[in-house]
Amino acid sequence: MDFIQSIDFLQLIKCFIVGGLICIIGQILIDKTKLTPARILVIFVTTGAILGGLGIYKYIIDFAGCGATVPLTGFGANLAKGALTEIKDSGILGAFTGGVRASAGGIAAAIVFGYIASLISKPKIKKQ
Amino acid sequence: MKPIETKQEYSNYVDQKSPNSPILKNCFNAFWVGGLICTIGQIIFDFCTFKGADETSASTIVSIILIGISALLTGLNIFNKIGKFAGAGSLVPITGFANSIVSPAIEYKSEGYIMGVGGKMFTVAGPVLVFGISTSVLIGILGTVPISFF
Repeated sequence: MDFIQSIDFLQLIKCFIVGGLICIIGQILIDKTKLTPARILVIFVTTGAILGGLGIYKYIIDFAGCGATVPLTGFGANLAKGALTEIKDSGILGAFTGGVRASAGGIAAAIVFGYIASLISKPKIKKQ
Repeated sequence: MKPIETKQEYSNYVDQKSPNSPILKNCFNAFWVGGLICTIGQIIFDFCTFKGADETSASTIVSIILIGISALLTGLNIFNKIGKFAGAGSLVPITGFANSIVSPAIEYKSEGYIMGVGGKMFTVAGPVLVFGISTSVLIGILGTVPISFF
């Protein structure tokens, strides 16, 4: 009950709008270009990493919270942020360890849950 | 209006009459489904910080839960239906990353559990990780440059 009272609804609306707008960019790329979904995912992650590296993306996260971190641009920004944080402690080695360390949870979850989900599912017979 | 006689004329007529409606509709669906997924993430995030988790752990928990849910929904063949309706709305959030791992894995299950499922999982996720991680390493290396010069 305390939790429901603590929810900041303005934050939820900002999150909804920014998250939705990022998806609209993706939708326009799908409809207006011949890019496959795989390429769009790559473009989003790379763009997010570059924006994160330049320090621009953190302003979007401050404004929209999960509206910025849940889209794949946030995944990319998190990789870049991890690398930049870790180089402060361990120098050039941090460039290699920081990014993956910061997003290890998501990557490991995707692999483990992905494998389990594939095991429980039956392949669909393609309709001719 | 002159009558339409050939298929070509008909398709021109259709193009003329409905140039923008699919993209507008697609964008609208992508907007609200994508926004909703992010909002669900925000509620989980708020709940984690409410229970005392720091922000970094909270966003990792959000990623793990959303990835788990969408992997399960892909396995149950529900996610594909959402994807057809929402387009980029379910592709661009981290749910699309999980879906991109599970879909090819299921499709190539007949090739075995190691090379089929284990190998094809990364058909789409592989490039995403390659470019994402490489960019982050490059950014990290560039980030050390000013420190080592001065």
